[in-house]
Amino acid sequence: MLTVTSADAYYGNVQALKGVSLHVNEGEIVALIGANGAGKTSTLRTISGLLAPQRGSISFRGRAIGGLPPERVVRLGISQVPENRRLFASLTVRDNLLLGAYHLSWREKRSSLTRELGQVWELFPVLKERAHQLAGTLSGGEQQMLAIGRALMSRPRLMLLDEPSLGLAPRAVRTIFDAIPRFRERGLTVLLVEQNARAALRIANRAYVLETGRVVMEGSSQELLDQREVQRAYLGRGYRQVWEDE
Amino acid sequence: MPIWNPRIETMPRAELEQLQLERLQAVLNRTWESVPFYRRRFEQLGLMPEHIRSLEDVRLLPFTVKEDLRTGYPYDLFALPLREVVRIHASSGATGSPTVVGYTKNDLRNWSELVARVLSAGGATKDDVIQISFSYGLLTDAFGFHQGAEEIGASVIPVSAGAPEQQINIMRDFRTTALAGTPSDALRIAEALEEFGVARSSLHLRWAMLGSAPWPESVRSRIESLLGVSATDNYAISEVMGPGVSGECEENKHGLHINEDHFLCEIIDPDTGEVLPPGTTGELVITTLTKEAIPILRYRTRDLTSVDPSPCSCGRTLARMARVFSRTDDMLIIGGVKLFPAQIEQTLSEVEGVEPHYRLIVDQVGGVDRVEVQVEVSGALLAGDIGLLLRTQNLLRQKLQDELGLSAELKLVESRTIGPVEHPSQRIVDRRRTEGGER
Repeated sequence: MLTVTSADAYYGNVQALKGVSLHVNEGEIVALIGANGAGKTSTLRTISGLLAPQRGSISFRGRAIGGLPPERVVRLGISQVPENRRLFASLTVRDNLLLGAYHLSWREKRSSLTRELGQVWELFPVLKERAHQLAGTLSGGEQQMLAIGRALMSRPRLMLLDEPSLGLAPRAVRTIFDAIPRFRERGLTVLLVEQNARAALRIANRAYVLETGRVVMEGSSQELLDQREVQRAYLGRGYRQVWEDE
Repeated sequence: MPIWNPRIETMPRAELEQLQLERLQAVLNRTWESVPFYRRRFEQLGLMPEHIRSLEDVRLLPFTVKEDLRTGYPYDLFALPLREVVRIHASSGATGSPTVVGYTKNDLRNWSELVARVLSAGGATKDDVIQISFSYGLLTDAFGFHQGAEEIGASVIPVSAGAPEQQINIMRDFRTTALAGTPSDALRIAEALEEFGVARSSLHLRWAMLGSAPWPESVRSRIESLLGVSATDNYAISEVMGPGVSGECEENKHGLHINEDHFLCEIIDPDTGEVLPPGTTGELVITTLTKEAIPILRYRTRDLTSVDPSPCSCGRTLARMARVFSRTDDMLIIGGVKLFPAQIEQTLSEVEGVEPHYRLIVDQVGGVDRVEVQVEVSGALLAGDIGLLLRTQNLLRQKLQDELGLSAELKLVESRTIGPVEHPSQRIVDRRRTEGGER
């Protein structure tokens, strides 16, 4: 469904991605894991059009999208949930959700808005309870649910999720990570960026490990969980202490 | 026959190539980072891993040769510390110091899966009783087949190498349905059946998955008819994994399906190192795409084959390599003519009454190469009509001359005076350079 081939991307003179290749099949949950600054978010931004790749190609459902502006990419069915959520704090939960569908045509909206809203309510019942509350008054976890809900309103085929667990209480993380596999029932594919590698690998089918702008490992979640370098670097196992301080 | 991993084994080529590229780039990033041997090579060439932007770019990378593995003996080429390694194997070291390979937990899991694919392609299922006659030890064959057979859920009998009688007794009593071993194991077992008067009907054997040494089609038909099995070939090379690199499908027995999601194969001209187009015969070069413990870049196998990327009627889209009969270092140059022991074997085997065992002796007299070919013939032929014997001798001489351009003295010898060898190169006795000490 999505194929990235040898993508290079820069912020000014700094090369953020060094020949990154990856793919996501329809219906999959794929995780990008790695330390801060490894290039995970840059990869998502390159896909969603926020960062133009200098070299390499990106194709989505057989169509080249590398370098397309974000609004065109969204219309093709890719929706990004940004790391800092970017909600409209002074609007209600419901209005924030409706804004997620702003690019759909008037005709489309009327027929589908109610259905889409219903599905978001079903996924995150707490948002329905707070439908008329201002977004700024929600807890961190609820805000993250709202950001995801807003992305779902645009009826994407592929959702790019950037650090959904960032700064959230364990319980909120659980709610969100329980909801992500259910997107699949709606025919949605997910590319997930996470520093919380354990949570990500629990729900992902496959994952890529990035280090300093390069993919260093690719495999099924199980394979990566069994890789001791991954365990030590990203899963917080104390191998370094136990073995290397000798 | 069932396809073990249909998603991969029947994957459209474009998708497969994307997967290969992703894995190639990841393995390059890892070797560059953690194998000083490769890091130095990259630096000498002014190469960074990200310069490899397509599968074709693999040709920018340096080759790895057997000597590199020997120099790195035992652990220099490992990408991970030993505590991540759960298994260590080595080559026999018959032709020099041994080479060592290691496997992580994931490497072993992949290995099992790949041998399971090879076994399934050859016809084996979970209902089979698989007898392993490879020798258990440092070499990879026995353990590789053992794991693969367990992976498919077959019943595994780890007999290991043993006298043919012992193999036959177990085969009969345990109702073995499939044999995994060397072609000479299969031949010895087949011949012993006759010798000990064991009826083929008392066995349940149906399949033989043979490998680790070259065996011509004539040997295959002999094994198939004597043992009453379907025999398939597979390609194993311990430096990149062991068995599991490629195997024939039972439907076609026409080329060995390469597990391309784990191995990137190229065919090169052994003299120039240049990459040759698909279908051309040359030296097989393998890059491991998933190996964690000891990733190997562009390993020169010295095996001669060709690769056919067209899909197979068995449903697999994985490219097929031709059966390997010769190695680059087997090549003989006699009186200016280049030839391989396997070609001689093939030519001889086409004549009625000729056994598959022969010996070729090259000598130099007054600067001229002299060749003598000794070939085993059946007892019936030797004991029979002298006219027929002479005609056979002439026919063989003529065939060698016409088909291979080889003029040779021909001697017919009794069956079992030469016997089986592990590798066709052992059939060559080259006395031309004995003083120089090379060969």
